[in-house]
Amino acid sequence: MIRSFLTIGTLFTAVLATSCSHKTAATPLPAPTAFGAAIVESSGGKQIAQAGTALPQPLVVQVNDEQGTAVAAALVEFSAAPGVAFDPSYGLTDSSGQFTTNVTLGGMAGRYKLTASTTDKSRKKVALTIEEIALSYQQTLGRQLNDQYCERCHNPESTVERVSNFDNLEIKPHPFTEGDTLNKFTDVDLSAIISHGGPALNKSALMPAWGNTLSKSDLQALISYIRAVSDPPNRNAGPVFAKN
Amino acid sequence: MKEKLKSLWQTLFGDSVRAFGVVSLVFLFSLAIAPAKNHFSEWRHYQHGYVKMIRNRSDAVTLQRHFEGGIQQIWLPDLAVVDRCTSCHVGLKEASLGDVATQPYRPHPAIPHKIDQFGCTMCHRGQGAATTAAEAHSSTLAWEQPILPAKYIESSCGECHRGTVPGTPQLSQGRHLLSRYGCVRCHAVKLPDGKIMKATDDPPSLSHIADKTTREWIYAWLKDPQAYAATATMPNFKLSDDDARDISAFLLANSTPLPADTAVLSAKASPDPAAGASLYGESFCSSCHAVQNAAGNLVGGDVGPELTRVGNKVKLEWLQAWLRNPRNYDEETAMPHYRLNDPQVATLSAFLLAKTDSDLLANVHLEAATPDQIAHGKRLVSDYGCASCHEISGIKKPENFAPELSRIGSKPVTQLVFLPGMQHTLPDYIATKIKQPRSFGQGLKMPQYAFTPAQIDSLATALLALNDRAATLPPSLTVAAKPESDYRPAGKAGKLMHDLACFSCHRINGHGGDMAPDLTWEGSSVQRQWLVEFLKNPNTLRPALIRRMPRFNLTDGEINELTDYMMTVYQNPAIDRDSMPLGGYPQGQIELGKQLFYGKYACQGCHIVDTKTDKGYIGPTLTQVGSRLTAAWIFGWMKNPQALRPGSTEPNRAMSDEDARALTAFLMSQKSRGKTEVAKR
Repeated sequence: MIRSFLTIGTLFTAVLATSCSHKTAATPLPAPTAFGAAIVESSGGKQIAQAGTALPQPLVVQVNDEQGTAVAAALVEFSAAPGVAFDPSYGLTDSSGQFTTNVTLGGMAGRYKLTASTTDKSRKKVALTIEEIALSYQQTLGRQLNDQYCERCHNPESTVERVSNFDNLEIKPHPFTEGDTLNKFTDVDLSAIISHGGPALNKSALMPAWGNTLSKSDLQALISYIRAVSDPPNRNAGPVFAKN
Repeated sequence: MKEKLKSLWQTLFGDSVRAFGVVSLVFLFSLAIAPAKNHFSEWRHYQHGYVKMIRNRSDAVTLQRHFEGGIQQIWLPDLAVVDRCTSCHVGLKEASLGDVATQPYRPHPAIPHKIDQFGCTMCHRGQGAATTAAEAHSSTLAWEQPILPAKYIESSCGECHRGTVPGTPQLSQGRHLLSRYGCVRCHAVKLPDGKIMKATDDPPSLSHIADKTTREWIYAWLKDPQAYAATATMPNFKLSDDDARDISAFLLANSTPLPADTAVLSAKASPDPAAGASLYGESFCSSCHAVQNAAGNLVGGDVGPELTRVGNKVKLEWLQAWLRNPRNYDEETAMPHYRLNDPQVATLSAFLLAKTDSDLLANVHLEAATPDQIAHGKRLVSDYGCASCHEISGIKKPENFAPELSRIGSKPVTQLVFLPGMQHTLPDYIATKIKQPRSFGQGLKMPQYAFTPAQIDSLATALLALNDRAATLPPSLTVAAKPESDYRPAGKAGKLMHDLACFSCHRINGHGGDMAPDLTWEGSSVQRQWLVEFLKNPNTLRPALIRRMPRFNLTDGEINELTDYMMTVYQNPAIDRDSMPLGGYPQGQIELGKQLFYGKYACQGCHIVDTKTDKGYIGPTLTQVGSRLTAAWIFGWMKNPQALRPGSTEPNRAMSDEDARALTAFLMSQKSRGKTEVAKR
């Protein structure tokens, strides 16, 4: 009896499932007139954005042949975990062998592995994986605190708007991407060094104490941001979203 | 066939016992439908999956203890929330599931609100009472409200939070863009708190445009504003050649001359070819204006227009009049009135006019305008609502030129027109409408903006927050915006500060820009003599900054006026000047301060006191701080910098009075050479 119920049930769901699934007519991919041997990233990898939002810079990849020269009019396709949007998601490389797309990350915070692929002469797929970081609400708050209080010393890169203080410091601070070092600190350690300054962990006094400037939730936010951007990734960096 | 049916009937209902048996079976089956549906329900499936998933985790015991089977519901009568989302999203409150990547088992990321107090649909929308994913997430049956895509989630914050919230950069940017790009000049936006949203762009008056530029430039600009300057605020109206020709004809014919704009300057530009560039640099024009460098990158601020091709645009006489005193042409301009002398004006204008792009106007050849063209141009100016933004003599500012957007976030999907291939949702409609407004039909007037995808998303986020719920929330459930300050300094000094456009960069009492330091407590902070010297010749305090205070060539009288006003009015009541010793500090205290500076507090990480050893580049240079700041201010600053300047980067070290006093003593001993004794009183 139960078995027959189950069969009826499964049949019923199967019928429902087939009738409800929308079959979208696959748009034919543009026909490439050239084929490369490799696909490389030109710019736009390792960007940081809030979950669900567009990356600040477009993602640019380049298709090269065996000699490493750029190939124009080669097919490039992007794919990623559900929720990630590419605008456009496929197309042919331009005259400089490059293809540009705007990426919107999925709504969940974590690391997104994007796949860019092209077809080589034997119609085999050549793929490249690019990683981008999506921040949660708390990590976004942490990022703002980082921009205001930490980055001037902890980020060695200078921009026109923001000159880095990194080189001026006798004892160099750790950039927050330095996962090898920072992953060894527990959250409690990080919290202590941020609130009480470097000497709390027998480190440089050039790292001041921020405990009276930042609130407890600020500290948590900042630590969650540091965990999110560390490279190699921290255990608490959040899940990895890749195409199944 | 008939025979067969008959025999079947006989077998099933041949006698009353058989009939009874069969009918009972049919009833039994139909009664079983409801429990079967329940048994195979989606949420049960997800709950089974969850239990299976947690079984093998190290924290299985805790997770299992937290797990409650069956339909879960968050019911909040005050907020009209009945949310059953937690029936499938079982692990929502389990922070330890952070590594799980599959939905519906992800924990909710940390936010300031508790799920039990707000429910889910307050932020995510969708149908809270539904118990299947399709009904909860999409707009099925009679439901209007599908779930809000994650990229617009901050719009929900904006329903209750009327002011800026630190955690919602996208919403804040969207609100900023609505004002900054003048959207609200055509589309009226009445905010949920009743205020009318104001534009913050500064479109120039076109009443005297013939003084400023040529018809050819107007034509090229109308055709494609971004070709002249990629950063231009003006959108592209996609005008035909004829329409651009006629509008340019009308604008020139309609323009009236200002006497000051035609005066010819007798002074000659400096013969030194580098003089113009160095005057441009010395005057810190690049603090507000950007210029494209050889690599194509914009260098400079965005307060004023980009100047890469300004030589293609402005006429010499107008530029000279503008540089002499911009307030003659535009009383409210953000540009300060530099007191440049005539040779400086000649040098700077020659330098600016050389910034041209030979391609820009190369293909523009316009014949003299006919009266018909001018009349047609005038009609077009009215049709396109140019006067919504620009002042144009003889054309009235149109009222309600474009649809009001005060409740756009609740517009029913049935009232929207969609493009083929588009998702039929309101967020997609808004985003696409901003991205390609003209593709929605013929004869539409909304111009094409050059927004980036991220800007479009943030605009859509801000617009989605303008909805029925936001407008009808009781005030007790909302967080009001901080009231805007309309502070204006009074009297002669106030006039002078307006003339110098101090508020373009500095903020005082909540009003003004944020490029330069807040001057609200400047009178408590600095010594009078230092301020006088600084206004005469502003030397930089922060070596790493490219944006600096320009020299305005003020007269002694003007400097005294400004200094007196600031020293008297911009006083912080908490800074008690009399609490500090007048006769200097004992050497021992200064020494202790020095030790604290370099040792315990390691101030040299960010500041420079001794240029030979210190390298800190973040805070202001302190080499002569004893001649600049007051002792009482330094002491107060050591105790709590954020109390004096909210948001200051300087960490609050919770110093003892003793440490703060010693550091004050040390810093006050850092005097400028020569003018040591002039400082006080």
